[in-house]
Amino acid sequence: MSYFSEIYNGVKTLLTGMSITGKYFLASRKGAITQQYPDNRETLKMFDRFRGEVIMPHDENNEHRCTGCQKCEIACPNGTIEIVWDRKINEETGKKKKIIDKFVYHLGLCTMCGLCIDVCPTDAIKWGQNFENSVFDRTYLTRVLNTPGSKLQPGVED
Amino acid sequence: MYIPLKITKTIHDWLFSIMSEGAAGLVEMILIALVYLGIFTVVGLFLVLMERRVSAWFQLRIGPNRVGYQGLLQTMADALKLVSKELTGTEKADKFLYNLAPYFVIISAIMALAVIPFTREFHAFDINIGIFFLIAISSVGVIGILLAGWSSNNKFALIGAMRSGVQTISYELSIGLSLLTMVLIAGTLQLSEIVEVQKNGWLIIQGHIPASIAFMIFMISGTAETNRAPFDMAEAESELGAGFHTEYSGMKFAYFFLAEFINMFIIAAIGTTIFFGGWLSPFGITESIPWLGVFWFLGKTFTLVFLMMWFRWTFPRLRVDQLLTLEWKYLLPINLVNIVIMALIVWLNLIIQF
Repeated sequence: MSYFSEIYNGVKTLLTGMSITGKYFLASRKGAITQQYPDNRETLKMFDRFRGEVIMPHDENNEHRCTGCQKCEIACPNGTIEIVWDRKINEETGKKKKIIDKFVYHLGLCTMCGLCIDVCPTDAIKWGQNFENSVFDRTYLTRVLNTPGSKLQPGVED
Repeated sequence: MYIPLKITKTIHDWLFSIMSEGAAGLVEMILIALVYLGIFTVVGLFLVLMERRVSAWFQLRIGPNRVGYQGLLQTMADALKLVSKELTGTEKADKFLYNLAPYFVIISAIMALAVIPFTREFHAFDINIGIFFLIAISSVGVIGILLAGWSSNNKFALIGAMRSGVQTISYELSIGLSLLTMVLIAGTLQLSEIVEVQKNGWLIIQGHIPASIAFMIFMISGTAETNRAPFDMAEAESELGAGFHTEYSGMKFAYFFLAEFINMFIIAAIGTTIFFGGWLSPFGITESIPWLGVFWFLGKTFTLVFLMMWFRWTFPRLRVDQLLTLEWKYLLPINLVNIVIMALIVWLNLIIQF
């Protein structure tokens, strides 16, 4: 008798599967997950966890949070980050202080491992959502992340 | 040689009025061949597109929608690309058989297409053993597949071809027996007469329970016969590359590809003719307009084609031993019992007719 119950179960499970795919088929018009990329460039929003490139956010006073501790430079496995720094005298306290001159980021070397971002004690660098990274000349891939004339945000080092 | 040609009587009469009988017959044959080649190409290309769109919708994608309106010209562009590609081959291939194999597949597909009644007047070859001819011709296609696998000089192609042989020979039995069940109730092998019988209700309704069982078996074995997933042992991308047509490129590959889709169309068309009344409209609602029969026929056929695509994109693939178990332990015994039940029903006149 198990012969017939096997046939019954087989047909039943196949029909269950077909009903599931049938529902997907009917819902596909509005539920399609395909992004028609060049057309929806204006509205396309990447996901929060997407790793496009490393960026350094600046606030409205052109101030960043990088103290120049170079932990990211040490953490990077393939030398993507180079920090050009200098010691300058702080006007308020009169002490000599380490200040970054240029935060150089070689996008062409970056493997998007994220170790620099994990290790940053002041959250100065973050993942950017830009994914259109192709350029015609590889020298464009070397970027300076801090904008010219930017300063350290006050209160970060305290 | 007398072949009852039913495609448009006016052309027939006109040709015979201006030419001698032999010449007119020849011209008619060439015309019909061209028409059927046209149908072959258009239906094949449309089915490839339909497969891609339907599979995309099943997987919540969009599918090809760029070339032409809703991607209608996509497969045309693909075909043009394939025509322009180089025809490669393996070093020690059996060149003659290697080049011959695609034509076996494609010619058997076109020959099967010829006996299918599209509508009352649109029926190239109304032979009185129509179903028998269809079953016989659909087995010829496997020779092309076996030749392709054998002559490619490639072990994966050979394994694929052998699997295809096993599968087609096994499922041929089921397809034949399920059609035989319906022949019992229709009482004829001629396809046009089978359609006429269904004026009092489609055969799947006339034969109720055994006819439904026969239809299920027909669809399962039809899917297996066309080497489509879930029975695509012959191609098996994951283990055999592309199976029997691994070594083919360009237009020769396209022949195999188109023939597969045409075979799917043929299986669906046989199913429509035998079970769902062919070109007859439901309850005879458009009986006064005979040419609408083509649309009813194509509508029903594409519904069955959609069903086969639904199978393909839902079910997981079978192993070879599971495939043979399904055929020899399940479908064949059920089919034999089903024939007896159908014979009893016909004998006791338990047919449902309107």
